[in-house]
Amino acid sequence: MTTTDLSPTAIQTPVSQTESDEALRYYSATQVQLIWWRFRKHRVAQAGALILITMALIGLFAEFLGPYTGTTRTSGVVLVGPQMPHFCNDDGCTLRPFLYGVKSERNPETLGMEVKIDTSVRRDIHFFVQGEPYKLLGFIDLQTHLFGVSEGSIHLFGTDSLGRDIFTRILLATRTSLSIGIIGVLIAFVLALIIGGAAGYFGGWIDYVIQRLTEIVRVVPVIPLYMGLAAAFPVEWSSSQVYFAMTLILAIVGWPTLARRIRGKLLSLRGEDYVVAATLSGAGPSRIIGRHLLPAFMSYIIVDLVISFPYMLLSETALSFVGLGLRPPTVSWGVLLQDAQTVRAIEQAPWLFIPAAFVVIAVLSFTVLGDGLRDAADPYQISE
Amino acid sequence: MSDTLLEIKDLKVHFPIRSKHLFGGVTKYVKAVDGVSFYIEKGETLGLVGESGSGKTTVGRSILRAIEPTEGQVTFNVDGKMLDLAQLTDKEMRTFRKHMQLIFQDPYSSLNPRMTVRDIIAEPLVAQELAKGKEVDERVRDAAALCKLNLEYLRRFPHAFSGGQRQRIGIARALISQPQFVVCDESVSALDVSIQAEILNLLMDLQAEFGFTYLFIAHDLSVVAHISKRVAVMYLGQFVELAPTKELFYAPKHPYTEALMSAIPEVDPDQEMTPVHLEGEIPSPINPPSGCRFHTRCPYVQDICKTEIPKWQEIEKEHFVGCHFANTLTLNGVEIPDTIAAAD
Repeated sequence: MTTTDLSPTAIQTPVSQTESDEALRYYSATQVQLIWWRFRKHRVAQAGALILITMALIGLFAEFLGPYTGTTRTSGVVLVGPQMPHFCNDDGCTLRPFLYGVKSERNPETLGMEVKIDTSVRRDIHFFVQGEPYKLLGFIDLQTHLFGVSEGSIHLFGTDSLGRDIFTRILLATRTSLSIGIIGVLIAFVLALIIGGAAGYFGGWIDYVIQRLTEIVRVVPVIPLYMGLAAAFPVEWSSSQVYFAMTLILAIVGWPTLARRIRGKLLSLRGEDYVVAATLSGAGPSRIIGRHLLPAFMSYIIVDLVISFPYMLLSETALSFVGLGLRPPTVSWGVLLQDAQTVRAIEQAPWLFIPAAFVVIAVLSFTVLGDGLRDAADPYQISE
Repeated sequence: MSDTLLEIKDLKVHFPIRSKHLFGGVTKYVKAVDGVSFYIEKGETLGLVGESGSGKTTVGRSILRAIEPTEGQVTFNVDGKMLDLAQLTDKEMRTFRKHMQLIFQDPYSSLNPRMTVRDIIAEPLVAQELAKGKEVDERVRDAAALCKLNLEYLRRFPHAFSGGQRQRIGIARALISQPQFVVCDESVSALDVSIQAEILNLLMDLQAEFGFTYLFIAHDLSVVAHISKRVAVMYLGQFVELAPTKELFYAPKHPYTEALMSAIPEVDPDQEMTPVHLEGEIPSPINPPSGCRFHTRCPYVQDICKTEIPKWQEIEKEHFVGCHFANTLTLNGVEIPDTIAAAD
């Protein structure tokens, strides 16, 4: 045995007389290792994971990565398009990236403001520049931003109709949108674990009542439910109150699906031979749950959480987009996309749609990651 | 009967079928086991055969109280005292479990894939706190060695093993608490023939060494004949015949046993088989037939069979039958091979 096949078919291979180190490693591999080995073969899912980790880091360090704050307004640069850093101009190339100058001029015919690129002005981009003060991670006072320009302003993704930097705002929105999804999923998960767990563990009429209740919640059309709940927010609520209320709404709508999966899994696991074997070995309920049910459960739970995440994300975006979810000054992807609702935006400022690309990328990443995890999650089942 | 280990009296296991309506309640029962009485002597192997769905597994599991019996007594001889298992509370039952164990049919699903072989074998010791620290490791190693498992395997996970080796792990787990009584529920059915023989021999060796008592459930008659001292035949939740192995195979007294025996394939390909064909299917255990349960398919059926339930009677020493005509019918068993006939 020179090469060891780690695919599920190798599970069938009996222990041979001459065992290579690699084979031995496989035989004494824990569940986590087996999952990791299978996940490693799933390139697309890994790419998804990488993107999501990047997004999470972006969310954590948004203030540092963005050159401005979410509410900084630069006068004279309203609805400027994305500025790409250049390395070369007519004078030749430099290692330091730079931007051309931007001028707003009034068009004498239409009398509207128009943005002109002034290629004669060169504005060097500097790194670790001092800018507006902020609190990193909420408690470290800092003024350093990753990059910036000493004169004029830098807007990689352009500015909105109030002259705010879209790049900075997207970074901040990434934090809001991801965190609201995570908190929403976690609350839904706790609800589902208690409700679905009770249904699966007790069975009988408790199961019956909980199942019917779940069905009732599931058949209520989601959009009117969201709208009804969101419209019930008092206007005087602060944006953080609205934020937490939103997570609750997402959780209330999201738990039934998760609860059903947990119940089903619990029911099937309780009948497994090895759980019966544990009972016959004299193991008490706590040992059976802790040692046999939960470990078998965990991988599925994680997969379920990852898969239900995009729904949360999309719900939040959709609600905020139609103005029922988060409200300015909180920025989320959906709030940013509110600006892109007008015909004017489509015609004159297509860069206002950039947040939509982030939504698409995030949802896709979660989906492929969920797929990969699901395939890897049960290394003992031969599913291919 | 001081050497009786286990006595089962009128054991019944009925599974309720719930009505589909919320408050409809229970309307019907699946009578998986419906009044079974027998005893098992210390150190013997009692075979239990029957078709799928006849209730073999349910009998085994309800004795171990993996399934709660609906009615009946299961008395276990603990150092001369007879103890009714049905009366034990859950807690008392858990501490009693060291005396009896189960070897499963499926060596794949019966081992937790997330635990090492060592942890799996040690489970009864750890769960019941029968041993601690180094003693656990020692006893695990002893048990593994007895089951001819390589000690290096203890660090590994079940996915590293083939069916036969997994079954050895299951056996090691069953015997580590030194039980007196072991239910082997189709324990070799999932293995191929050569491995079956190995596992059967292992079970018999262990019995010879430690005096285990087995209830050996199987559908393979030749396997049962090989390992059992006495054999019980089950049909639709009830025993139809229970006799010493040779007597049951060569001189059955119940028409169902006769049909079973005639289905054993002959080794000689030229020999023409004349199996007794049973008409129809095994009836539903929800609505078992009146009278004798076998009357719908019995080739010797009479009017009395349709109305009166036959008595479970001992017609010869240790030969129990539930048939109205056990003494009058002449039935054919397996043909006695020349070698055995000569030896007798």
